[in-house]
Amino acid sequence: MNKYTHRKTVISAIIICICCIYIIRLFYMQVLDDSFQMKAILNSQRIATQYPARGLIYDRHHKLLVENQPAYDLMIIPRQVKNFDTLELISILGIEKEMLVKNLAKCRRYSPFKASILISQITASQYAVLQEKLYKYTGFFMQTRTLRKYNVSHSADVFGYIGEVSQTQIIRDSTYAAGDYIGINGLEKSYESVLRGVKGEKILLVDNHNRIKGSYKDGAYDKPAIVGQNLTTTLDIDLQEYAYQLMKNKRGGIIAIEPATGEILLKVSSPGYDPQLLIGLERGKNFKKLEEDPNIPLFDRTVMASYPPGSTFKTLQALYGLQEKVITPETCFECYGKAKTAIGGIRMGCHNHISPLDLRQSLQHSCNPYYVNVWRRVLENNKYENVRDSYKSWREYICSFGLGSKICPDFTNETTGSVPSVALYDRKYNTTDWRWSYIMSLSIGQGELLVTPLQIANMACILANRGYYMTPHIVRPSEGIENRIERHEIQVDRPYFDIVVDGMSMAATAGTARGASIDSIAICGKTGTAQNPHGDDHSIFMVFAPKENPKIAMAVYIENGGFGAQYAVPIAGLLIEKYLKGCISPHKKALEQRMMESSLITPAAQHTAKERQEKIQEEE
Amino acid sequence: MNRQSEFLKNIDWLSIFMYTVLIFMGWINIYAAVYNDNHSSIFDITQSYGKQLLWIGTASVLAFFIMLTDSKFFTAFSVIIYGLTIGILVAVLFLGVESKGARSWFELGSIRIQPAEFGKFATCLAVANIMSRHGFKIMRLSSLCLLGLILAIPAGLIILQNDTGSALVYSSFILVMYREGLHGSLLLLCFITVAIFIFTLLYPPIAVLSLIIGGTLIAFLYYRQNKQEFYRLVVFLTGCFLFLLFLRWLFEWQTPTDHLLLYAYLVTGILGIYFIYKRRMKHIIWVLLASWMCIVASVGVHYAFDKLQPHQKDRINNLLGIEADPTGAGYNVNQSKIAIGSGGLAGKGFLQGTQTKFNFVPEQSTDFIFCTVGEEWGFLGTAIVIGLLLAFILRIIYLAERQRSDFSRIYGYGVASILFFHVAINIGMTIGLAPVIGIPLPFFSYGGSSLWAFTILIFIFLRLDANRLQVFS
Repeated sequence: MNKYTHRKTVISAIIICICCIYIIRLFYMQVLDDSFQMKAILNSQRIATQYPARGLIYDRHHKLLVENQPAYDLMIIPRQVKNFDTLELISILGIEKEMLVKNLAKCRRYSPFKASILISQITASQYAVLQEKLYKYTGFFMQTRTLRKYNVSHSADVFGYIGEVSQTQIIRDSTYAAGDYIGINGLEKSYESVLRGVKGEKILLVDNHNRIKGSYKDGAYDKPAIVGQNLTTTLDIDLQEYAYQLMKNKRGGIIAIEPATGEILLKVSSPGYDPQLLIGLERGKNFKKLEEDPNIPLFDRTVMASYPPGSTFKTLQALYGLQEKVITPETCFECYGKAKTAIGGIRMGCHNHISPLDLRQSLQHSCNPYYVNVWRRVLENNKYENVRDSYKSWREYICSFGLGSKICPDFTNETTGSVPSVALYDRKYNTTDWRWSYIMSLSIGQGELLVTPLQIANMACILANRGYYMTPHIVRPSEGIENRIERHEIQVDRPYFDIVVDGMSMAATAGTARGASIDSIAICGKTGTAQNPHGDDHSIFMVFAPKENPKIAMAVYIENGGFGAQYAVPIAGLLIEKYLKGCISPHKKALEQRMMESSLITPAAQHTAKERQEKIQEEE
Repeated sequence: MNRQSEFLKNIDWLSIFMYTVLIFMGWINIYAAVYNDNHSSIFDITQSYGKQLLWIGTASVLAFFIMLTDSKFFTAFSVIIYGLTIGILVAVLFLGVESKGARSWFELGSIRIQPAEFGKFATCLAVANIMSRHGFKIMRLSSLCLLGLILAIPAGLIILQNDTGSALVYSSFILVMYREGLHGSLLLLCFITVAIFIFTLLYPPIAVLSLIIGGTLIAFLYYRQNKQEFYRLVVFLTGCFLFLLFLRWLFEWQTPTDHLLLYAYLVTGILGIYFIYKRRMKHIIWVLLASWMCIVASVGVHYAFDKLQPHQKDRINNLLGIEADPTGAGYNVNQSKIAIGSGGLAGKGFLQGTQTKFNFVPEQSTDFIFCTVGEEWGFLGTAIVIGLLLAFILRIIYLAERQRSDFSRIYGYGVASILFFHVAINIGMTIGLAPVIGIPLPFFSYGGSSLWAFTILIFIFLRLDANRLQVFS
């Protein structure tokens, strides 16, 4: 009929051929190649991290110290950002233009497509203003975070602070992602794993403009965030507050421990700073200011600072002498006071007091020559082959008091202090045959010996307990918080402790520590003065009370506070009275006033502290 | 009574059944593509799917009336219908409204009509009319010119509307012409030209060159029917190429591999000319010449493309759907491939597609409707849809072949060619095998004009087919 009829086959073949190619291609794309599935998920799902609120921090009476407040991060997706009113943004947030420009560039470098934080930690009030105008800023959105809120304006050294994780921390622990917060110091750091909680995930479906369209499978695969665990600290925040008032314009550290339990009641590092300063947009500026402050408020004087223990160390020397039986409580030595006493060719000065005196009296009057004599007997003890061996034995005993090592696992920044080793003296004197007189200053707690105020407070605990201490701690163990509290025994017989405690009691009633005395409460204390080559001596006081069944053991360290009795003793007395009685008796009000008003700080530092104080008042 | 039942019996109900199934599938997929929770009723006429149902309803009415019309009407009035349509296409240039950069719409109240869609059946009728005239010889230059003119007028007007994609549809008439006696080599030439243009821009030179050489070798085998010579040729060419590779390795030349292949091919070709001359292999010289022309053309396209302005390059790249940046110009194809590819074997299920639901795929209810099929129904769905469309086109070819009148047959082939072009280009672009030309997928894409136009196109043919026994050729 038509000579081209056969061509229908060619045409059909072409059509069938193309359709077959398409079907093969589709088989490859849909069945064999599963990369499209992944791409589809990347396209349409956005995983929104649910940040848990950090655990709260309470004091021993369950007063809330640290809580959370909402804060906001201004996020951008650089590719979507169009020209915007930089001036307006700067004025709303109160930031500098350079910072905005710098952060913008940083976000662009990170990824033009992914959201990143432009400005973090915007406060609720700034957020309210910004939120209204946000529609004008394409590519910008807000992310809710929780930040810390502090109900006290001090004790930043206890709490520490939080900040964004560093790249190295992310590499070390994969649970962190860029922009997460991590505890940087204090309890925030040591209890990070408890406080942080567990991050959750919300799988969101987004459309082509990255607009959220709902949750994936109605949230069936979402993981809710688990709120961080709360911490109950052992601090008495009222006492803490009072201590800061007393320590105003003074540098130093106070630490108080409940002897029976090892609970830290008080931890004051002065000058401190308001923890709220390291929150919000101003934190960078504030941190710099704190860093540059000549009084180094960022330095925790209770656990990081180590000073010579001074005369407080005489209590340990007396105990060791008794235990080693080189002296008895009745052993008497002569002292010529300021006229200097000669002991084995060494001349030792003291202040004027009765002479000769026995062990109890030596503690009462803090007699230096007495302890030089004891030291001589300790090191020239026939029990040991030579001075080196005697020293080794002595050092072991001293170390059992927690000296020369970290004793509180709650503080990550704790320093060990130092108890000089035999090797150190071998090196120093270039011989193994050194004499007791070479290291004579150790006898009265001077020389190479360094302790932290925490260690002194712990020594007070040991004396209060007459022979043991519980691991000092600031967080009460509870479910999920490891109990690291142990009882540490001291190898000294209990009667010897009673004798030394008697001496300390005498010091508090009629000796060097009279200024601490409180009506109806028997106080046991030992003053100390650490010589300071740079200025006035540091004033030290180690104390516990009451004498029987002690409730509080304390170390007070005042930099440039002169001899112990001048500042450390009255401040400790006031704190103990406050703690044990709840108030200060009327006749001590004048002393309280004087302590609060006196200043041992350089004028420049005073200015900074004043400024900060004003700021806190303003905020309140 | 008898006549009427005869008429009903002569209607090809299988085609109508397939048409109905395809329309229904299309509607369901439009529903899935634009589904939103607020308007979940498939009959909601504020939404595309509701509107599409209206279009389907009116299209059925239209189909019914076409079936009632005397088939002679279409043969007799074909040229007038063509002329009217051309008039409308001119009118739309002046009176139409602009949408998405193309002035190709008439707006009547809330209804928009795209005249270009109706140009297809009108042109198809006109082509059938001209080619079925007594004494029409296709291989005459004047005939080719006349046909070319008939196709070029609507195509040109549509290009003026800035709707190049729709204009390209008219190139599908080459299949009709081939069926009616166009020399095979012209069809081949068309394919080769298009292929070289696209391949040169899409694929690296080495692939294009290999393709040309492969084609030439196959042509050689086809014309010479001598396997021995063919093998020798292949061995010589391969040896030559390997030798050049060896030399490059030995002397550390910096020449790219495709150049080496070209040199090997040239050497083989020049030696070949000697043998061709000696043995008087007339066909082969043409094959060789065609092959070299292809290479020259390919190099030319490459060279010309490099000389183009960036925005012109972008436009061509866009047309071909190639662009390195997946979020830029190539975004559409990339997203479309993700949507289809993520469907898997059995799909994500009805209304469960995330890519199409959240608008990652552009134009998802119109040009990219096939993505919804791919994502929600998986490979099974796409294979069934392609199979059904293929069966429908083959059915029309079958029907066309059984016509007694040339007019009906030619018209039938026109219908099949237009449908095939739409299916091939539309599905091809969604899976990245064809350039992105904005033409709808028949029966599936949302749009009244296109649905009406295809319905008219198909039902005129079915009407002609129902009447086939009363026609004497």
